[in-house]
Amino acid sequence: MLKRMTRLVSGAQQLDPGRFWHGEPQAPQSLAAHLDNQVPDESPRATSCTSEADPVRTFNEACLMVRKPALELLRYLKNTNFAHPAVRYVLYGETGTGKTLSLCHVIHFCAKQDWLILHIPDAHLWVKNCRGLLQSAYNKQRFDQPVEASSWLKNFKTANERFLSQIKVQEKYVWNKRESTEKGRPLGEVVEQGLTRVKNATDAVGVVLKELKSQSGSGAFRLLVAVDGVNALWGRTTLKREDKSPMAPEELALVRGMRKMVSNDWHGGAIVLTLSQTGSLFKPRKAYLPQELLGKEGFDALDPFIPILVSNYSPEEFESCIQYYLENSWLQHEKAQTEEGKKELLFLSNANPGQLERLCAYL
Amino acid sequence: MAASRVSCAAAASYRLFLGGRVSLARRQGVWKAAAAELQTGAVFQILRLRHTTGVTTKKNVAALRRETYTVDFIKKQIEEFNIGKRHLANMMGEDPETFTQEDIDRAIAYLFPSGLFEKQARPIMKHPEQIFPKQRAIQWGEDGRPFHFLFYTGKQSYYSLMHEAYGKLLEAEKHQNQLQAKGLFSEKTKDLIGSRWLIKEELEEMLVEKLSDQDYAQFIRLLERLLTLHGGVEEEFVQRFRRSVTIQSKKQLIEPVQYDEQGMAFSTSEGKRKSAKAEVVVYEHGSGKIKVNGIDYLLYFPVTQDREQLMFPFCFLDRLGEHDVTCTVSGGGRSSQAGAIRLAVARALCSFVTKEEVEWMRQAGLLTPDPRVRERKKPGQEGARRKFTWKKR
Repeated sequence: MLKRMTRLVSGAQQLDPGRFWHGEPQAPQSLAAHLDNQVPDESPRATSCTSEADPVRTFNEACLMVRKPALELLRYLKNTNFAHPAVRYVLYGETGTGKTLSLCHVIHFCAKQDWLILHIPDAHLWVKNCRGLLQSAYNKQRFDQPVEASSWLKNFKTANERFLSQIKVQEKYVWNKRESTEKGRPLGEVVEQGLTRVKNATDAVGVVLKELKSQSGSGAFRLLVAVDGVNALWGRTTLKREDKSPMAPEELALVRGMRKMVSNDWHGGAIVLTLSQTGSLFKPRKAYLPQELLGKEGFDALDPFIPILVSNYSPEEFESCIQYYLENSWLQHEKAQTEEGKKELLFLSNANPGQLERLCAYL
Repeated sequence: MAASRVSCAAAASYRLFLGGRVSLARRQGVWKAAAAELQTGAVFQILRLRHTTGVTTKKNVAALRRETYTVDFIKKQIEEFNIGKRHLANMMGEDPETFTQEDIDRAIAYLFPSGLFEKQARPIMKHPEQIFPKQRAIQWGEDGRPFHFLFYTGKQSYYSLMHEAYGKLLEAEKHQNQLQAKGLFSEKTKDLIGSRWLIKEELEEMLVEKLSDQDYAQFIRLLERLLTLHGGVEEEFVQRFRRSVTIQSKKQLIEPVQYDEQGMAFSTSEGKRKSAKAEVVVYEHGSGKIKVNGIDYLLYFPVTQDREQLMFPFCFLDRLGEHDVTCTVSGGGRSSQAGAIRLAVARALCSFVTKEEVEWMRQAGLLTPDPRVRERKKPGQEGARRKFTWKKR
């Protein structure tokens, strides 16, 4: 689910020259999309290299369905008071209802409004299946994840090119005996440092986060922190130390940095989070409420937040989704155009967007 | 040959044993004495049988190939059967005059309860005609001359039947020509729906003769030709060779519709599949929501195949999205739970639906409980069917 979303956002939005969103290396299948008449969004041409099954390439466009939760969030964001501490919005709901794509929509909106986007496509990737854990040079108890950190830095760079030269670092950072970043240098240098010296990537990420947090209040830019699968930050990990003992997420430097970012002690932006059971570790399949997925620790850390429920398609949304597929000749079965066919699809998917997509998917 | 004969004899005696035991028991009034007497009697009869087969003249060699039951023997069996039937009726407290075969079957099942799975291995008491295979009496007389004029064709009953049928055909043609000449020709189509021709096995059984496929086909063609002509007489002749085909559909138990407090109509029923049991409540007016054990069916059955099973009854009746369902299910795995719910839903929907649709559902197999269960593992094999790996040495 998440991968699809990433791909869609990244592949899609050719907004202005210089605002090109790079894709994540994984190639997801894509999602239902249909532009509603209400929101005057354009449908940009996708130009990323994708896998065969990606409708971004298949349909030659990337569309999102505009739905109520996203609209609600956009309304809140439009009315944010940047003097107040950042408000946390948590999108929750059952699997496959569209939380990740709503997040995408919000990110797209904010990007068009010229915010600085701090987007983590899937926080679960940071707490599982990591190879190459290094002990952090900065703090002996913590662990670095060079691979994840460097890939995130790459995406961050391409997403926020414009800001990287504008924002100046406010402290001197020494990376090793020979390299250091002076005070007043653009943030882009820190990012470059992280990309070239992969060993310092995690520290570079930490530096970026710290700088952004401190400078967001100044008013030069507005910061949007978007994390998908935020329950990963407070759950358990499947990573082990050398002596095979399990690691807690607190021992990962990236996770610590993100937790600080998600706390509401800064102002000048907003925090939009999504819960996700699909990639989560050690959580029952049917859990979807914030209390269940975040656990006590996470819930307390995120409290207070504004919960936004994302639910299955309403009948009109379902109809419009099917219409989109039919217009693009995606559904080839003769019965798909008839009423009975639509009813069958409705029954089988129970108006769940994820299920519907899987039903109509490429073989 | 000898071995088969012995086994046939044994089989015959077995049937005789079971059949005769019941008939003779009550006559004596004492169970054990009767059994002892019967045993000796049976052995005696077997010996007698063996003797007869040994002492036959050379001309009856053809008859040695199969077990021959003499006509007297069969008659005696029929007498014993009838007497036994009356005794059984007395035993069960029923009227001996109106004691039918179904009553006999029920009585035997009651008196001799058997746990055997194979229905044909259980004790039976039937009319000797049904137990002893039909046999032909000796076809030739003392002088060796056959009785039937078509004996030397080999298939005398078949050819005589063909001869008779052809004779009737010629008569009917003559009759039809006369009618045409007179101008009283009338088109008359016979209604043949609901009946079928005898199959080859049934014809063989009727004629007590082996037939080949071509013989059978020829005969049926002749009868069909007879049917195309018009003549009232042949109808009975032809009807002898037709069997009705309408199967009485098993009476479908239709649940009554119940009404709850708000006046909503609903219907309950149960279904089973392998070891899963489901109880289902289907509401007549709803929006197509299904809750299984309190959980939405999308979450309970993440696999599309199971949801398709749930969809099938509604889809078949074109009632998708018109009913609400609440069900509880336990046991089995995910597939059998889905199958159990499907059966229960189909049964519940019977109460909201017309009789024809119930019949269609039955023909579609929605109302039949699936009898397949896990086959037991046998010793000497790895599984139910899989044998151990064969090693040459």
